[in-house]
Amino acid sequence: MLLLALDTATPAVTVALHDGEAVIASSSQVDARRHGELLLPAVDRVLTEAGLKLDAVTALVVGIGPGPYTGLRVGLMTADTFGLALGVPVHGLCTLDGLAYASDIEKGPFVVATDARRKEVYWATYADSRTRLTDPAVDRPADIADRVAGLPAVGAGALLYPDTFPSAHEPEHVSAAALASLAAEKLAAGEELPAPRPLYLRRPDAQVPKNYKVVTPK
Amino acid sequence: MADEPLVLGIETSCDETGVGIVRGTTLLADAVASSVDEHARFGGVVPEVASRAHLEAMVPTIDRALKEAGVSARDLDGIAVTAGPGLAGALLVGVSAAKAYAYALGKPLYGVNHLASHICVDQLEHGALPEPTMALLVSGGHSSLLLSTDITSDVRPLGATIDDAAGEAFDKIARVLNLGFPGGPVIDRYAREGDPAAIAFPRGLTGPRDAAYDFSFSGLKTAVARWIEARRAAGEEVPVRDVAASFQEAIVDVLTRKAVRACRDEGVDHLMIGGGVAANSRLRALAQERCEAAGIRLRVPRPKLCTDNGAMVAALGAEMVARNRAASSWDLSADSSLPVTDPHVPGREHSHDHDHVHEVSKENLYS
Ligand SMILES: [Zn+2]
Repeated sequence: MLLLALDTATPAVTVALHDGEAVIASSSQVDARRHGELLLPAVDRVLTEAGLKLDAVTALVVGIGPGPYTGLRVGLMTADTFGLALGVPVHGLCTLDGLAYASDIEKGPFVVATDARRKEVYWATYADSRTRLTDPAVDRPADIADRVAGLPAVGAGALLYPDTFPSAHEPEHVSAAALASLAAEKLAAGEELPAPRPLYLRRPDAQVPKNYKVVTPK
Repeated sequence: MADEPLVLGIETSCDETGVGIVRGTTLLADAVASSVDEHARFGGVVPEVASRAHLEAMVPTIDRALKEAGVSARDLDGIAVTAGPGLAGALLVGVSAAKAYAYALGKPLYGVNHLASHICVDQLEHGALPEPTMALLVSGGHSSLLLSTDITSDVRPLGATIDDAAGEAFDKIARVLNLGFPGGPVIDRYAREGDPAAIAFPRGLTGPRDAAYDFSFSGLKTAVARWIEARRAAGEEVPVRDVAASFQEAIVDVLTRKAVRACRDEGVDHLMIGGGVAANSRLRALAQERCEAAGIRLRVPRPKLCTDNGAMVAALGAEMVARNRAASSWDLSADSSLPVTDPHVPGREHSHDHDHVHEVSKENLYS
């Protein structure tokens, strides 16, 4: 098996190849504004490093967020289209789960929080690095302070708000290597992975225009 | 025929997810998934709603286009995609899909200009574009007069709107008249039963000292709204059909007058009209009349090719392949304000002082 993992739900553009045993190549670049430009060259670099071609890939796994939408969609659209062209399955995996898996926290509960912008975080709590306790949510840090009080936390969203997450630490962003390892573990255990559909958590910003504005001065 | 380039084109600059397939100047498939209904209740295109819809619609629309064309993805000679201008987030979905598809299939990628595509699509309807061609592009997003001597390399802007796009004015007046969104088709329908000379609405930027090829529809929009409000304030019924006809006449009068003048001034004997507003029946009729009188040959594609679609992108992509234009690189980005003067976005030369330029190894492309 050869699993290609991508994630663009955080400022990291991250790609990894997993052969069923271990990660054999990976790349992570942090640049929140250039997901679209960086992802494909990163895929190419990782394949080259492993001495493989894209048609050797037997399955894809992509971070489904939650994450800022524009970047998030780059990874999802890329994975979807690779899947179409190669005729291989495309799996999703919650980006927060990838971060939890990458954390070195042995015993939970703990929190994973990423930056949702607009002074909010995407977050979930975990019993251990493989077991999520709550559905991913988006909230203002102050509004969840009671629920996360005293818990260790990882992720850029936690590092950004020390008042709410005083014991925040690394990793800051998800890595596709962690995502690939978690996916490989789950697939080997016969677990079904989520569909590769985005976790937006917010409705699109769209105001129904107010009743037509009168232009004649009163 | 068979040696003409077979190209798949992807368009996501606004609310239509378009995937078209052409062979040279022959249309093989034109699959479009529109999110227009999701925008209707907002009275305009909501960028995030459009982007979400593109992501969901892309793979099924590619599939549909391939089936419609009866070709295999392996046989394609290239993948073209709208790189801009348009809504940034929406463009990025299409660019991501096109890059992944081209890379996975081992085909060259062509990031092309949306406006040049609107012109080039006419090759699918009326054969090779005459050189030079004058083009009037009118839609909800653009109102431009463009002169092209080679659609793959030379597109010159002669004029453009200085405020609203023509299609935007249709949408706004339809909203004032409570006719819903989008406004173009519904105004066209009402106008057919109205008197275009009933109300003398202003013709913007048509004075002797005004820019000859620029457009302005904002003053017209205000005048129409004011006229309607005055009726309503007086408790009178608004003659919707006459207002629609007179408003539409003011727009198409200016558009066609300036386009014909540009042809005459530049000595061009062909006029191409494209963009969503080119579907307007009165614009087509008046343009025909005025072009005939001026000895200009008018080329307007069928309405489905005038609105945003993937076939127009494929048409320009095929022309890029046919004329040996440089393919785009794998770090192609969506450019929401791509200048009209750039018909496509060729790959940057490999440069060692730009650490973000990664040359993609040929070995990873199997074809
Ligand atoms: Zn357009």
